Amino acid sequence: MFAPVYFDHNATTPADPAVLEAMLPYFSEQFGNASSRHEYGRAARRAIDEARAQVAAAVGAHATEVVFTSGGSEANNLLLKGSAACLRPGLLAVGAAEHPCVLKPAEQLARRGWTLEKLPVDGGGRIVREQYEAVMARKPKIVSLLLANNETGVIEDIEPLAERARAAGAWFHSDAVQAFGKLPVDFRRLNGAGVHALTLSAHKMGGPKGAAALIVDKRIDLEPLIAGGGHERGLRSGTENVAAIVGFGVACQLVVERRAALAAHLLRLRAQLEQGLLALGGKLFGSEAERLPNTVYFAFAGVDGETLVGHLDRAGYAVASGAACSSANPEPSHVLRAMGVDDQLARGAVRVSLGRGNTEEQVAGFLATLQATVDRLQRLTAMAV
Amino acid sequence: MLKLPIYLDYSATTPVDPRVAERMIPYLVEKFGNPASRSHSFGWEAEAAVEEAREEVAKLVHADPKEIVWTSGATESNNLALKGAAQFYSGKGRHLVTVKTEHKAVLDTCRELERQGFAVTYLDVQENGLLDLEAFSAALRPDTILASVMFVNNEIGVIQPIAEMGEICRSRGILLHVDAAQATGKVAIDLETLKVDLMSFCAHKTYGPKGVGALYVRRKPRVRLTAQMHGGGHERGFRSGTLPTHQIVGMGEAFRLARLEMGTENERIRMLRDRLLRGLADIEEVYVNGDMEHRVPHNLNISFAYVEGESLLMAIKDLAVSSGSACTSASLEPSYVLRALGRNDELAHSSIRFTLGRFTTEEEVDYAIRLLHDKISRLRELSPLWEMVQDGVDLSTVQWAAH
Repeated sequence: MFAPVYFDHNATTPADPAVLEAMLPYFSEQFGNASSRHEYGRAARRAIDEARAQVAAAVGAHATEVVFTSGGSEANNLLLKGSAACLRPGLLAVGAAEHPCVLKPAEQLARRGWTLEKLPVDGGGRIVREQYEAVMARKPKIVSLLLANNETGVIEDIEPLAERARAAGAWFHSDAVQAFGKLPVDFRRLNGAGVHALTLSAHKMGGPKGAAALIVDKRIDLEPLIAGGGHERGLRSGTENVAAIVGFGVACQLVVERRAALAAHLLRLRAQLEQGLLALGGKLFGSEAERLPNTVYFAFAGVDGETLVGHLDRAGYAVASGAACSSANPEPSHVLRAMGVDDQLARGAVRVSLGRGNTEEQVAGFLATLQATVDRLQRLTAMAV
Repeated sequence: MLKLPIYLDYSATTPVDPRVAERMIPYLVEKFGNPASRSHSFGWEAEAAVEEAREEVAKLVHADPKEIVWTSGATESNNLALKGAAQFYSGKGRHLVTVKTEHKAVLDTCRELERQGFAVTYLDVQENGLLDLEAFSAALRPDTILASVMFVNNEIGVIQPIAEMGEICRSRGILLHVDAAQATGKVAIDLETLKVDLMSFCAHKTYGPKGVGALYVRRKPRVRLTAQMHGGGHERGFRSGTLPTHQIVGMGEAFRLARLEMGTENERIRMLRDRLLRGLADIEEVYVNGDMEHRVPHNLNISFAYVEGESLLMAIKDLAVSSGSACTSASLEPSYVLRALGRNDELAHSSIRFTLGRFTTEEEVDYAIRLLHDKISRLRELSPLWEMVQDGVDLSTVQWAAH
């Protein structure tokens, strides 16, 4: 049996073998509840403390700035709703191309008296500076922008944007779920520029699902999303998911050790893939901007994205059409719409997100399969017209 | 050889059953897909595993799989149930009823709802820890939208009369939420007959992993909730966020094993618990906290009078037990649950919760009995109070000098 090639690392990644190995003892042997005072509990607490230090070290934060949550969505909800709950309703600004777990909480706040501005992006997927300036002039209280977009991989240069937001008196948050592990992320430096909080997620960078963190400047007052017991300095109650947190910590340590080499590997594969795509007549989204080393988002005129990924799956290549979370949604990607891509072309969007285990042979095989598939689909479309 | 310390704290958390761990591991490495990925086999495989687990959870409690919403644990389930229902039905009324001996996850959430403008009645329990149904009924008002009562108390293990409360609530058009975190695998739960609208579960008290739980949301009659976590619209909009497949698979397997084995397992554990009780009953001045009849088979909560609580815990370090619930035991406050039973602070302080489980052996229980006999008599030898009691002094009549 042939194993399908996994090209969807922005949706989720396998846990690294070292991560799994570190987690295993915490299922059936070191299984204590970290709140228990006996040895089983204390061992669990020590493991969490160590993981907290590993997470903090990987992003240049202090351990006390790390709040563990069940996932990136929860961390984004906590930051947005939690900080809003401690402020009088005012202006809230988020990027138009944000992940739904920023957009939806922001829309919820808009129903509770907040004014929501979705900051427009240009054709390259980056925030339009003039319009950003105009919104900042209206003194927003909270600003949230992706560090790197999950669909396009486009990287936002958030430091000047955060500086401007700080001058306007806003809390500035950045969802760094896709950036972390692929780009250097330094919270101390970002914090110096006015970034008050970052969201990280374990399962996008070789860790397990079920653990994530909000890295948060303690000056932000936050109302917890989940009450009861006062875990995580009162910011997030609930028995800690020790095994997943341990896995997250080890995954962070691996990022520190491997990130530079991994990024170089991914960049080589991306260049190979993009060259091939352009040669086949593909259109690359966001290519005029700086992007994550692993993400390629493209379309072929006259080829429906859903149909194409279906064919590719059957041929043994797992890729995505749009973000995983909204894949059930037939609407064209809100990210591409925000970038001004017309709906026709946007419906053709396919995302390849590369990972550590991918190889040049896999990319070459993928390009050959893609060429045959696109040729066939384009001929069918031409016949139908 | 006994492995020390002996784990007698199964209500704080349980080890993942090795059979459960074995099912989980492939979903971390080979079958690692995101269940929300709709475009490839990695995603479908993960989604199928999630749905199979949902069926297993539903089966244990006789629910429809469509009534099961995944969460990160019982604390989140309780938050979602209470805040979600209160906010959705706030047009109907703004009053809730709960009980003073509930878990912090319910009590702290109620406090938050009070800050949002809801009124909450916190009911007392009887001396045996059980809720008085008449008092419960009397507390319900025309503007009451929801009552929240735990199935099994985490500290004293008493089982509340959920079936009767369900009848009362349904007849009055009031939603009933039940925190069943401590009940699964210990008490038969049949949501086809129980008139319960919302029920919270977690995996890690029933030999599954930490980090996963579920909320039962009744479909007939339909219960609605305001979501508390927004994003990609997972879990039919009730709860957004990537589903942790391996943890969900673990919860499904843990609940499947509970369904198959709880009958025989509970009898074995009950015998061990009763052995422990018999072994400790001949120590003078010990008091069992909570009703022994309406109680889960693995819990024993005992106050040892004339022994200082902290010294007792230090003395029995070879036993991993808890005084008060794990979540609050970092504080030196006496257990609010025991105080609600009318126990004085001294007795509450000197209480120990023993919770036995799947891997507890007779040898471990016997060791615990011997250790407690030994340490308690030694601590009492050092206690001036115990000496006075032995001399026939009634301590309640003593006038203590102020310092």
